[in-house]
Amino acid sequence: MEKAVSDEIIRVEDLYLNFYTYEGVVKALDGVSLDIKRGEILGVVGETGCGKSVTSLSILKIVVPPGKIEGGRIKFNVKGKTYNILEFNEPTMSRVRGRYISMVFQEPRAALNPVYSVGDQIGEVFYLHRKEEIIKAVIEQLKREIETAKGFRKRVSRLYLSLYEGMLKNPKSLRVRLASKVPIVRRFRNLMKKEVRKRTVELLRTLRIPDPERVVDMYPHELSGGMAQRCVIAMALVANPILLIADEPTTNLDVTVQAQILVLIRELQKKFGSTILYITHDLGVVAELCDRVAVMYAGNVVEIADVMTLFKEPLHPYTQGLLESIPRPGKPFTSIPGVVPSLINPPPGCRFNERCKYAMDICWKQKPPLVEADKEHYVACHLYSGGK
Amino acid sequence: MKFKVPERLQPTIREIKFILRRIKDTPLSLFGIAIVMFFVVIAAFAPLLAPPVPGLNPYLIPSDPALGFRVEPSPPSPKHPFGTTLLQRDIYYGCIWGTRWAFQVALEVIIPIVAIGVVLGLIAGYYGGVIDEILMRFTDIILAFPGLILAMCLVTVLTQANWTTIDSVLLSIVLIGWPGYTRLIRGETLRVRNEDYIEAARASGASDLRIMFRHILPNTIYSIIIVASLDFGGIVLTTAALSFLGLGAPTGWADWGRLIYDGMSFVSGGLRWWWSWVYPGVFISLFVLGWSLLGDALRDVLDPLYRRK
Repeated sequence: MEKAVSDEIIRVEDLYLNFYTYEGVVKALDGVSLDIKRGEILGVVGETGCGKSVTSLSILKIVVPPGKIEGGRIKFNVKGKTYNILEFNEPTMSRVRGRYISMVFQEPRAALNPVYSVGDQIGEVFYLHRKEEIIKAVIEQLKREIETAKGFRKRVSRLYLSLYEGMLKNPKSLRVRLASKVPIVRRFRNLMKKEVRKRTVELLRTLRIPDPERVVDMYPHELSGGMAQRCVIAMALVANPILLIADEPTTNLDVTVQAQILVLIRELQKKFGSTILYITHDLGVVAELCDRVAVMYAGNVVEIADVMTLFKEPLHPYTQGLLESIPRPGKPFTSIPGVVPSLINPPPGCRFNERCKYAMDICWKQKPPLVEADKEHYVACHLYSGGK
Repeated sequence: MKFKVPERLQPTIREIKFILRRIKDTPLSLFGIAIVMFFVVIAAFAPLLAPPVPGLNPYLIPSDPALGFRVEPSPPSPKHPFGTTLLQRDIYYGCIWGTRWAFQVALEVIIPIVAIGVVLGLIAGYYGGVIDEILMRFTDIILAFPGLILAMCLVTVLTQANWTTIDSVLLSIVLIGWPGYTRLIRGETLRVRNEDYIEAARASGASDLRIMFRHILPNTIYSIIIVASLDFGGIVLTTAALSFLGLGAPTGWADWGRLIYDGMSFVSGGLRWWWSWVYPGVFISLFVLGWSLLGDALRDVLDPLYRRK
């Protein structure tokens, strides 16, 4: 067990989150616990409104008002140390976002700012998180130039070199800031722009975007959905994040494009060894892509297991119902009876009790804890907690 | 050799062509642009069109001593194409330098108004909550008073505090003008703030300042441009109104409103002294008309709701 802990990148513990709306307090997350292990693809499945996206945004500490985190911890293991993300302040968090944890959104074209070209937007992330590296590359290039250049060019290169070295030492120094504003001198920044552009094109090529030199100057409305999604993924991958959160990245795409993106995600995961939190309501995608699955229902994680185990022997009645409601030819169409409870007035005890065919007295009195029913198979249901 | 447009610029050029066609198809916007251009040329070449007396403030209309110190206006003559007004001041000179003055006033007011509006509107819309509430209630207080009357009070108070009348007019128009822009930009910010790309920018590590100025502002700028150009004439009209009420520029200043105020004493003479109020009136009307037509033209090409119709 101890070893497993060190393997975890993120461990969400007992996360409570409420939305304070005019109709009342929506208890969107009711003690969510899950862990993400290094190098895996963890799928999070559940119906719309069950708290999948809110959980993932909480990991980035992006809580949009009227939402408020009421309790819990999000432990974040990086460089051998453990931090609680919820204790980070905003400046620290903006260094974590995009650098260590980044996110791919559902609607690719809406996730790109319409007034900037794709290259500008990907480039911005380079400036935010990999500026030093780029400056160093430019310095190397300038040093090489100085060796070969003569006369005026050499002097210009020397000046540029000193400016870039100053920028590396102290980007806020008066000299650098002044030089960045004076019209002709400002052109020294073009070298950096070129380097960023080169890297952006390379990145787009890794994502198998055809003709990246052209795409880099295109605006979001000129791109197809699949291309736009690749660009959004590129934006998320700029800084080689430890954890990539993908929030239903293929939901709004054609099936063929969807398959391409899934293949791409899997390849990237193998190539960079990154960890992915994949949020979806499509069980087919989960079966295809993920290593482990967490099933969420009405703000709770009800079951976490290996993908094979979960599909073969689902334990929680909700998971069973979910799997049965996948349409298959020749099989009568089934669905879970009832509707998702209102999160303003959730039923006492287990939130699934109204719809559960095994509901017992205790299900109305006590909330079931998440217990290990089998090896590495966690479930939150009184059917299993009693036997343990 | 034929000049070849680089491929990446082609959409930009197509867009410019679209805008030009759009403007060409609507005669009114052409008319508006022509008027504004006309005034720009007048303002730019004012020293050539009406050479000022050396050593004097060019915005002060010189009197013609040759006509004596009669109070009544003198009719148009080759020396004074638009005639003269009170104390034999040349109306033509007043109209020409009044154009330059109008541009100066409008710019000196619109720049601070837009700057204040952008900063406060972005803050109010982006942070919301208590900050938003405080700022918006403050704009409510100012918007609750009729603008011109509030401006009059402010001018009176400021001149009592030893401000020059011109400075107090400009400052009071800024003070009554900023709430409108703040609200406009706050509304636009609220619209843009919840877009996915703002969340995406935050998720990639952009700070609040960067999100506000780099991601939200460019998406709201078109409405600022439209409203600012519509207001450009309005501001001149407000200064003219204040001058007309005797609160603005001092007598003899090359300000259209002041010229009309001076000419007002002679309206009683029917059409006898018509030139003393008709010429400055025509200049003001054309100026305001030109800017509002230009504003409409800009809305036609910039506003996504109107442009593809």
